[in-house]
Amino acid sequence: MAFKQVSSPHGHARQSTGQIMQLVLLATLPGLLVLSYQFGWGLLINILIATTAAISAEALILKLRNRPIEFYLRDYSAVVTAVLLGLALPPLAPWWLVVVATAFSIIIAKQLYGGLGSNPFNPAMVGYVVALISFPIEMTTWVTPVSLLAADVSHPGLLESLAIVFAGNSPVDGVTGATPLDLFKHSDGLLVEQIYQNNSLFSRASFAGVGWEWANMAFLIGGLALLKARIFTWHGPIAMLGTLALMSMLFWDGGSSDSPGSPVMHLFSGASMLGAFFIVTDPVSSTVSNRGRLIYGALIGLLVYVIRAWGSYPDAVAFAVLLGNFAAPFIDNYTVPRTYGHSKSRRATDKEKSE
Amino acid sequence: MRRIWDAPGGVHPPDNKAQSLTSSIGQLPLPEKLILPLTQHVGAAAKVCVSVGEKVLKGQKLASASASISAAIHAPSSGWITAIEERAVAHPSGMSAPCIEITCDGEDRWIECMGYPDYKQATPPQLRNLIADAGVAGLGGAGFPSAAKLERGTHMPVDTLIINATECEPYITADDILIRERADQIIQGIDIISHLLGTPKTILIGIENNKPEAIAALNHHCQGSGIEVVSFPTKYPSGGEKQLIYILTGKEIPSGHLPADLGIVCLNSSTVFAIKRAVIDGEPLISRITTLAGEACDINRNYEILIGTPVSHLLAQNAFHPELCSRLIMGGPMMGFSLTSSDVPLVKSSTCILAPSHTEIPDDDPVQACIRCGLCAEACPASLLPQQLYWYARADDHERLQAHNLFDCIECGACSYVCPSNIPLVQHYRSSKADIVNARTAKATAAVARERFEFRQVRLEMADTVREAKREARRIVTEKAKITSPTTTQPSGSSAADIIKAAQLRGTARQASPEQQRAKLERTLMAAEMRLKEAQQRLLQATNNASVDQQAQQLASVEAAKRKVEQATQRLTEVSH
Repeated sequence: MAFKQVSSPHGHARQSTGQIMQLVLLATLPGLLVLSYQFGWGLLINILIATTAAISAEALILKLRNRPIEFYLRDYSAVVTAVLLGLALPPLAPWWLVVVATAFSIIIAKQLYGGLGSNPFNPAMVGYVVALISFPIEMTTWVTPVSLLAADVSHPGLLESLAIVFAGNSPVDGVTGATPLDLFKHSDGLLVEQIYQNNSLFSRASFAGVGWEWANMAFLIGGLALLKARIFTWHGPIAMLGTLALMSMLFWDGGSSDSPGSPVMHLFSGASMLGAFFIVTDPVSSTVSNRGRLIYGALIGLLVYVIRAWGSYPDAVAFAVLLGNFAAPFIDNYTVPRTYGHSKSRRATDKEKSE
Repeated sequence: MRRIWDAPGGVHPPDNKAQSLTSSIGQLPLPEKLILPLTQHVGAAAKVCVSVGEKVLKGQKLASASASISAAIHAPSSGWITAIEERAVAHPSGMSAPCIEITCDGEDRWIECMGYPDYKQATPPQLRNLIADAGVAGLGGAGFPSAAKLERGTHMPVDTLIINATECEPYITADDILIRERADQIIQGIDIISHLLGTPKTILIGIENNKPEAIAALNHHCQGSGIEVVSFPTKYPSGGEKQLIYILTGKEIPSGHLPADLGIVCLNSSTVFAIKRAVIDGEPLISRITTLAGEACDINRNYEILIGTPVSHLLAQNAFHPELCSRLIMGGPMMGFSLTSSDVPLVKSSTCILAPSHTEIPDDDPVQACIRCGLCAEACPASLLPQQLYWYARADDHERLQAHNLFDCIECGACSYVCPSNIPLVQHYRSSKADIVNARTAKATAAVARERFEFRQVRLEMADTVREAKREARRIVTEKAKITSPTTTQPSGSSAADIIKAAQLRGTARQASPEQQRAKLERTLMAAEMRLKEAQQRLLQATNNASVDQQAQQLASVEAAKRKVEQATQRLTEVSH
């Protein structure tokens, strides 16, 4: 009788790419919950719109490319992109903004390059940057954290939120405001201490900035869980956060009016933790070796700080990640690990010695 | 306590070893026919020394080692040689190869065996010959002829002998059970090898800590012998030779080298057992322990099988259900290969026959995109970047593949095992390795062709110069003839004026012709000298970077040019006188 011819190894570990993506989604939950608590329904609506748009866009392109739609949708990569984008976009942003950003992520940044695994840039960050450059006003309007709302104001309810997002209703006065990084950037000429005293975003914070500090803490917890589950290695996130902390320590300047802010503020504000554990760790667009990830993470940390401190945008994770993506293949050429039985690591561009 | 080094990478597949360890080593009834491939080992095929129709006894040599890396083959049972022809053999490609078929007579009658219980009196070469004669080859799966391995140890003193009892592949328990039941004989084998290698300073038995019974048996028999039993945490592929050496010594075998280059010899525990049998009992390698495992067989157990036993015979004796079997594997699930037919024989390197059910090893899921998650790089025991190798393999980028040390891949399968996208990485690497080797061969062939072409060019050039020189010589001869002809053929009865004219002409010819001749000869000499110089230059280049053939040929052309210069000089002197 004839038996099947299959190449070794026979049998696999039971973790699939789809399962890895689902774990990543699960790990965003703490951050999502904290953000939703702080900023209301807007984020959930963002995520729902983004997910719908991402799946539709992915299915459409897969159909155009004659690929089995269901098979590829089951890798959950489109959903991960959508959720990360939904978390990054401002709550209560108009629906079309979310759709444009998501469609750009999936269609241009991912599928046009060949789909999952072939995209040189992180799709979510491409979508975010496109939206940020194209619609600066919508992209810089954030919701005020729940604990800082005036006594007679509250976040819009679900229906009200939907009306704002889909019908373009304006939110009630006092519901939107600046983010800590934004505020800090636009408080020139003030000592850090004065900024902290004058603004409730800082004066009522536990350690970094109201609303954001706990959201960052939640993303940190989710990220550590993924690290524990060995979904990625520590090198990228730690290098990024370490460099960010180091830079903000070096330029802290004792809290003068020129100081770009304390290490704690930088680590726990904006997209620092989301970026470190969910964006920098995107395997497709990052470097491949552990040594490469250290350099890649450090480069992104450095760029985040440089743009935050001396650039014109309050937050910089998206730009820094895209610049890091650019550099990744180059870093890969010089960070090939040393192979067993070789005294040195080689360059990826080495030519074989002719005999 | 000996220090244990932690090898990088590795995976922890479920070990599935308990199933085949419930009973002791079993014996199979004699099969009707035994099929013995001439290549059961690494190296050259054995050379047949029997003929069809001949009656052979158990243990009789059927084919002898044909090269320094080759192994003899013996009759596993008595009977008649009924065929020497191509048969399907156990090979990943399902190919056929020359085999000897024995139809067993059922008597299982031994040839007279000459044991050497007093091996301490034997010299190392004598012992090596005994081992070579017994056809012992690595029984751990690779099948490297043991005598050749021990030979390599003579180039450099061996200070470490490592016995590999790791058996890191899931399901396989052949080494484990052999140690449990016959540890004393394995220790005897180690003593023989130790004597042969000039008593290495360190003798280690490396074994994974998931075999407590075997470890206890070894410890029991090793007491006071100076042999150290080292157990270490279970992790696949710790049993790879390079990995085991690193775990036990912290040394890495440099790429492209052998353990012997570091003064290390590493042998599998079952091979050591075979060496004991070969030396002390005089029994050649005609049987081995093979594990039968998998849910498609009702009985899972280890058997002492005769080499050449058809897999189908083993399966038939153990209630095999083909309809339950998802694939038939020779070797373990990580590195074993699938058999397309169960008619192939078990050979010296057959550690295991695995007949898993569809739930045990289901069909592979469809391949998804590589997301470069890096799990493969974490699992790689050679610290390669499998994800990069995969991209370059798909792009056929041979340069990048070599820069990423593709040839240091041991094909252990750890990367494919952990790949969440089910990519058959090892298959890609095998195919790329073959492509690169083919490209190298093609390049070498082209180089030989070029060399030949260049040789031909030089040869033609040489023939040309010779011809030219001949032509030159002929011309000189005819010119001489022209000059002398007027004097010899003088028209008779001519006028006085004619005679005077002729005399004048003769005079001018006599005066002018040596001048012309010399000028011509000088030119020839100059040309010949130039050619000599060129030829010498070519020879100089050739001594630096050309093959022996080319050098010889350049030398010849220099000699030819020298001769020509000599000839020209000689003629010149003749003319001048």
